[in-house]
Amino acid sequence: MTLFERSSTELQEGLHNGELTITQLTQEAFDRIEKLDGDVQAFLALNKEKALAEAAEMDKVPTENRGPLFGLPIGVKDNIVTEGLETTCASKILEGFMPIYDATVVKKLRDAGMVTVGKLNMDEFAMGSSNENSAFKATKNPWNLNHVPGGSSGASAAAVAAGEVPFSLGSDTGGSIRQPAAYCGVVGMKPTYGRVSRFGLVAFASSLDQIGPLTRNVRDNALLLEAIAGVDEHDSTSADVPVPNYASALNGDIKGLKIALPKEFLGEGVGEAAKQSVLDAIEVLKGLGATVEEVSLPHSKYALAAYYILSSSEASSNLSRFDGIRYGYRAEGAKNLMELYKQTRAEGFGDEVKRRIMLGTYSLSAGTYDAYYKKAQQVRTLIKQDYDNVFENYDVIIGPTAPTPAFAIGENVDDPMTMYANDILTIPMNLAGVPAISIPCGFENGLPLGLQLIGKHFDEETLYRVAYAYEQKTDFAKQTPALWEGK
Amino acid sequence: MAKLSTEEVKHVAHLARLAITDAEAEKFAEQLGKITDFAEQLNELDTTNVEPTSHVFPIVNVMREDVAGEGLDREKMMLNVKEQEAGQVKVPSILE
Repeated sequence: MTLFERSSTELQEGLHNGELTITQLTQEAFDRIEKLDGDVQAFLALNKEKALAEAAEMDKVPTENRGPLFGLPIGVKDNIVTEGLETTCASKILEGFMPIYDATVVKKLRDAGMVTVGKLNMDEFAMGSSNENSAFKATKNPWNLNHVPGGSSGASAAAVAAGEVPFSLGSDTGGSIRQPAAYCGVVGMKPTYGRVSRFGLVAFASSLDQIGPLTRNVRDNALLLEAIAGVDEHDSTSADVPVPNYASALNGDIKGLKIALPKEFLGEGVGEAAKQSVLDAIEVLKGLGATVEEVSLPHSKYALAAYYILSSSEASSNLSRFDGIRYGYRAEGAKNLMELYKQTRAEGFGDEVKRRIMLGTYSLSAGTYDAYYKKAQQVRTLIKQDYDNVFENYDVIIGPTAPTPAFAIGENVDDPMTMYANDILTIPMNLAGVPAISIPCGFENGLPLGLQLIGKHFDEETLYRVAYAYEQKTDFAKQTPALWEGK
Repeated sequence: MAKLSTEEVKHVAHLARLAITDAEAEKFAEQLGKITDFAEQLNELDTTNVEPTSHVFPIVNVMREDVAGEGLDREKMMLNVKEQEAGQVKVPSILE
């Protein structure tokens, strides 16, 4: 067993009473990675030397000067830049890229005293739902190594589920934190758009991307979001809205809370086990004094199509910066500048990234702009209105995070449309900009299922309150994969 | 909005600055065709007079004081440049 079975509160107790040191905790992360990552394949780069040196320094800081996350190890998704630590977005086009500054969230982790142990694999440029689109390795699901961990923050979820680190950061453009959190049985929060600075997050779809925390329990998640949230002068889309003390909302009291269950979330394509786990969760929440009523989000079925057009359009623009000139991969032997661009990008990007760049370029082209891009933006308005309407009368929306548990590696790789369908339950929240959390709520054939709670803009606090109350009444989050045994 | 032809795919690839082989153009034409077919369902919705949403919050022109701040260090910026000469980025010829 590992020290990371413990919550951050328990780890802090160990540090305060002298049972543990920060150096020990940091070493534990690298030992776990050594033991398990041959199977799980979560990490792309390790920060061992620097992390251990930092830990030794931090052990000297008096305990009264430490916050709740001080000295705790964390893994960071590889699309978040870390000064002096290779950052690739799991793409050949950024292989060897050494960032020259820290993302705002990385700076905030440092301010909170967290120790960054390494960079986590992902689908290339966060485009994918399985981590099979990484140019470097396919991360495995710790619950069953023949299954995917989800994506695109698959390794962020897998590393936490495997107990390699107790915390990680991911990013979520259409479900990329929540779907892997569900597949790997951990807690994952996509905050409100603008809640967390995107400065230093390599952009995929700028109007949808958000960084968020993945952890083994709700309290740790709340602590980590509080540490990374807030307005940032380097990101003009970050919101100047006060960040509450989320942990203080965790009192288990949800009496009188009004929960909406959209009938579309339990409809066609959603597996029986996923449905049943949500219905069971609803009974738990009712038992705690919440009321649950069925509602409709009538435009839900259009979210997937609107999302692929909008996110790909934004990506086609954002990824134009990868041209082989100032950083990253550069093709050899190009005769002129145009050939250099074309060869570099053809050799540097994987197929899924190329597909989306082309779909986006096509959607934005003269002649198709109105029919695709503008139409999708109008549909986005309708989807957002669906959520505004429901939130006039309810505090929280509930549903499954994904239609099924994690699928087998290789099962969906040849068919982009089937792969995209894994995200039908997570995409609308990015289009509407609302916060949503996934928490463990059951198992099917030994693979975890996720419960999704969706909140009003900037009301992550209520989501944490409900998630915590549910977590206290159930034991899904306490279970660990079989690969923990004897390791 | 019919299926994409391989010629259209090659044109889009050129706009996106992606070199593409004939075989790839055929493969992408089929895959992109499936995605655009799927996107046709958006036409079931009447969006007359619906304002497009490019961004969920109505943020416009976030300004700061016009005061010079510290920029990135030039030498650091050159660290990731593959080919350089005299502190400048080197590229192949632009004019034939």
